[in-house]
Amino acid sequence: MSTPNDLYYTENHEWISLDGEEGVVGITEHAQEELGDIVYVELPTIDEGLDQFEEFGVIESVKAVSDVFTPVSCVVTEINESLMDQPELINEDPYGDGWLIKVELKDKSELDELMDSTEYKSFLEGE
Amino acid sequence: MKKTSLYDEHLNLGAKIINFGKWQMPVQYSGIIEEHKAVRNAAGLFDASHMGEVLISGQDALNLVQRLITNDASQMKVGKVIYSPMCYEDGGIVDDLLVYKLEDGQYMMVINASNTTKDLRWINKNAELFENVDVVDKSGYYALIALQGPLSLQIISSIMDKDISDLKYYSFVNTKVNGIDAIVSRTGYTGELGFEIYLQKGKAASIWRMLLEAGNEKGLKPAGLGARDTLRLEKAMCLYGNDIDETTNPLEADLAWTVEFSKEDFNGKKELKKVKEAGIDRKLVGFVMSERGIPRHGYEIKVEGEVVGEVTSGSYSPSLDSNIGLAYIDKGYTSIGREIDISIRKRDVNAKIVEKPFI
Repeated sequence: MSTPNDLYYTENHEWISLDGEEGVVGITEHAQEELGDIVYVELPTIDEGLDQFEEFGVIESVKAVSDVFTPVSCVVTEINESLMDQPELINEDPYGDGWLIKVELKDKSELDELMDSTEYKSFLEGE
Repeated sequence: MKKTSLYDEHLNLGAKIINFGKWQMPVQYSGIIEEHKAVRNAAGLFDASHMGEVLISGQDALNLVQRLITNDASQMKVGKVIYSPMCYEDGGIVDDLLVYKLEDGQYMMVINASNTTKDLRWINKNAELFENVDVVDKSGYYALIALQGPLSLQIISSIMDKDISDLKYYSFVNTKVNGIDAIVSRTGYTGELGFEIYLQKGKAASIWRMLLEAGNEKGLKPAGLGARDTLRLEKAMCLYGNDIDETTNPLEADLAWTVEFSKEDFNGKKELKKVKEAGIDRKLVGFVMSERGIPRHGYEIKVEGEVVGEVTSGSYSPSLDSNIGLAYIDKGYTSIGREIDISIRKRDVNAKIVEKPFI
């Protein structure tokens, strides 16, 4: 199970990466595998403000409906439009082309509440 | 939790296992969409061993069967299979099932796994009305393997001596598969050419492996409950617990073709006759989403803001690459082509009623 080193992880299996002030949010390899074939994605609108751990979208696989939550308080700056026609990108490349939203962080210290890849890995083993 | 005799096979094939009623069953192996397409284009192999089998025999066997089911078993020849709802007196559906006529005076009912306890109670209660009938639960004896898809005949034929290319839809033979006694019927839950193989539990794993090997080069894939559900939905086949249950009757479920009013008394006849004469209040229809969104069991249906029904089954359809569903909709709103709204997370999403089956 891949858990890249440079990401922060939530217990709900989202990840966030940080590039300067901008964060990119997606779901983990484990999450996409649990869901199975993803066939539908609902994402927020640009400029929407979100609290930490607030629900911001819905991912549906053939069998399951799953809410996704923001790892940090943020404002949405971009959504991954390609997922509208190709939701399977999340299955194929959850840490790359399958990203969900780009955000501007409100409070970087919230990242300290998240897990690093080692912690997330042991979290997965304990689940 | 219960495991079928093929459980270890599923684990070895990397299946994802879920709890399905009392059973631990494979929901998928390689992926629902891939398995679905394998069944439509080549073939898929399913473990359906969780299904229940009930043997009804004796001089009064036919009388009991006729009382239990709404369809007519009196004209069945040995080697025939029929589909039927089984109703309570009030016309509500206890279960939907297959009846196999094994011999004169001997029938096998194949019932849904999650209903076996309830069904047996109901069957036994009705059996008390007859003098010469035996009801035996054979669910613990049989494994059931379903081989479904356009290439299923080729694949099964490669491990059978007997030629079954002439076997008609809803017929079966008592035969041998690779030397093992089995009932092979041309039935299934996918709408494709396909066979269901009933055999003794202990022999199932060897036949399962042999079929997988025989079909390997033809594109056969093991397929789980996930694909089973999308395949049956595209053909608008009812799923008990979703589309039909004790609160629905066969007439509103669009199963009028399985209710034979001309036969003598059967459970539910009186009430169903009333429904027929008065006309149904609601009807199970098929619909396709016109806008983005996936319908799911329990979502409300609206017309001009008024709730007129409820989704019973809904999914992404791999064959159509669109989102489809079944729903009970109040009379007056069920015509083909009518636009309806599905309430998805408080948003009204447009859909259209279409002919069943979907493909």
